[in-house]
Amino acid sequence: MRVFHRKRWLTPYLLLAPGMLWLALFFLVPLGFLFYQSLESGNIDFGYAFTWAWGNYSSAIRSYRGQFERSFEYAGIATVVAFLVSYPVAYWIAFRGGRWKNLLLLFIVAPFFVTYLIRTLAWETILSDNGFVVRILHDIGVLSPGGRLLATGTAVVAGITYNFLPFMALPLYVSLEQIDQRLIEAAEDLYASRWAAFIRVTFPLSLPGVVAGTLLTFIPAAGDFINAELLGSPTNHMIGNVIESKYKELLDYPAAASMSFILMAIILAMILLYARAVGTEQLTG
Amino acid sequence: MTSVAVPLRSRRGTLAAAVAFARRHVLTVYSLLFFAYLMLPIGVVIAFSFNDPKGRFNYTWQGFTWKNWEQWNAIPDLQSAIQLSLLIALIASIVATLLGTLVALALVRYGFRGRAATNLLVFLPLSTPEIVLGASLLTLFLNLTSVLPIGFWTILIAHIMFCISFAVVTVKARLIGFDRHLEEAAMDLGANELTTFTKVTLPLIAPAILAALLLCFAISIDDFVVTYFNAGNRVTFPIFVWGAARVATPPQINVIGTAIFVVAVTLMLANVVFQNRRAKQA
Repeated sequence: MRVFHRKRWLTPYLLLAPGMLWLALFFLVPLGFLFYQSLESGNIDFGYAFTWAWGNYSSAIRSYRGQFERSFEYAGIATVVAFLVSYPVAYWIAFRGGRWKNLLLLFIVAPFFVTYLIRTLAWETILSDNGFVVRILHDIGVLSPGGRLLATGTAVVAGITYNFLPFMALPLYVSLEQIDQRLIEAAEDLYASRWAAFIRVTFPLSLPGVVAGTLLTFIPAAGDFINAELLGSPTNHMIGNVIESKYKELLDYPAAASMSFILMAIILAMILLYARAVGTEQLTG
Repeated sequence: MTSVAVPLRSRRGTLAAAVAFARRHVLTVYSLLFFAYLMLPIGVVIAFSFNDPKGRFNYTWQGFTWKNWEQWNAIPDLQSAIQLSLLIALIASIVATLLGTLVALALVRYGFRGRAATNLLVFLPLSTPEIVLGASLLTLFLNLTSVLPIGFWTILIAHIMFCISFAVVTVKARLIGFDRHLEEAAMDLGANELTTFTKVTLPLIAPAILAALLLCFAISIDDFVVTYFNAGNRVTFPIFVWGAARVATPPQINVIGTAIFVVAVTLMLANVVFQNRRAKQA
């Protein structure tokens, strides 16, 4: 303890060292290796060599533009749907939950307690051709005879939406629950209609939750390949599927590395745009 | 007579109350539907753990049986996969929570050069898609195969890595709302820094540390993507499920899924009850 007294300035660094070293060694360094590998050329039989092969990047975009676009399209739709679907529920729990709040929150995170792959397989069962959802949709004429849900983009987006829904609902709830009710009452005292009070007071105050929820949903959704693999067909494949097969099956490491970097760069660029709009403190806490 | 007896104001009040009542119930009905949707796949998982499938795939309902629960480990490699997942989750959650708590203490308690960079380094893994985390670690490990064969240790290293940030965020949230006067009081009463930490600080942040432990455990045991890249030929439970999904899905997968679900929900329910009771006492 003596040491701490004399060299107080050292204490925070000693506390930080193990954790930060771990992240540096096993997060930052690997990213460096990945970047290095993304500039290699060659093939798996004769080995890869570093050649500043920037062409990997342009050819990745050229060859897999469709999968890149689909990833961001699916992730975008899933994020918007998750927001629209879960906002009213987050609002309901925050303002009307009363003493049941904690229990209701438990329901919100319940899907996380079922292994990710198993709940996606459950959706495969639910959306399958002889499942009740498809039968009902046939009966009311939404699906044409012979039309199916499984192996379509709709199924993939539905799976992504479901799987990341708690990431959206929880931050929304947290920001709504922190709102000082008196501000809303004040707005209504000043003759704002309930709707106006919501649009001009409640919703703006919940924006930090909207931002956090959007990011927490969109980022994993854009890199996902499990939903497309289990619920979609090859025509629904996202960039995650391409990276996965290049890495695990084709052993085309430079191509997979460059695609990983492009994916990360696009996502980081989007976060930065977001950060500029809302302020960085809200992002990093 | 009736129109005179009911004052105008209160009649408008009744109307507003009726509208408010309807509006409130629209939201309630919607929320209940939402929860039904949320629970639907969970119900399917549980129900199909009692299914008696005819073929290799457990996708259509054939009939009720207890068989899958009685012979939960009848599938080769399933038991060892679960054991590996539990072991990894246990070690990873303990190590990550320890490292994360120290980082959180430094971030909230001390002003130091490099704070912003530290915050960024904690935040970045959370905002990186899992597939990039997994792929980049594999690239590193492929270069280290002579010292560190890909398998148990690489899985463990990876899990600790992605758990640290979650632990930091969880403990930090609790520390920010922490009344520092309590520590100052202890110091004024003659406690040294170590005593103050173990007798005052630690008990107060214990719930957050426990929450971080549970969160890390849950994330680790459920992780597929990063593990899939860095497991070599070791098989964790999610990797087992992935392999099974392509060739055959034995109902025992649903048995294990249901068991994990029930244990986790019981723990969380106990926590909710405990916190409600504490809130009532306070």
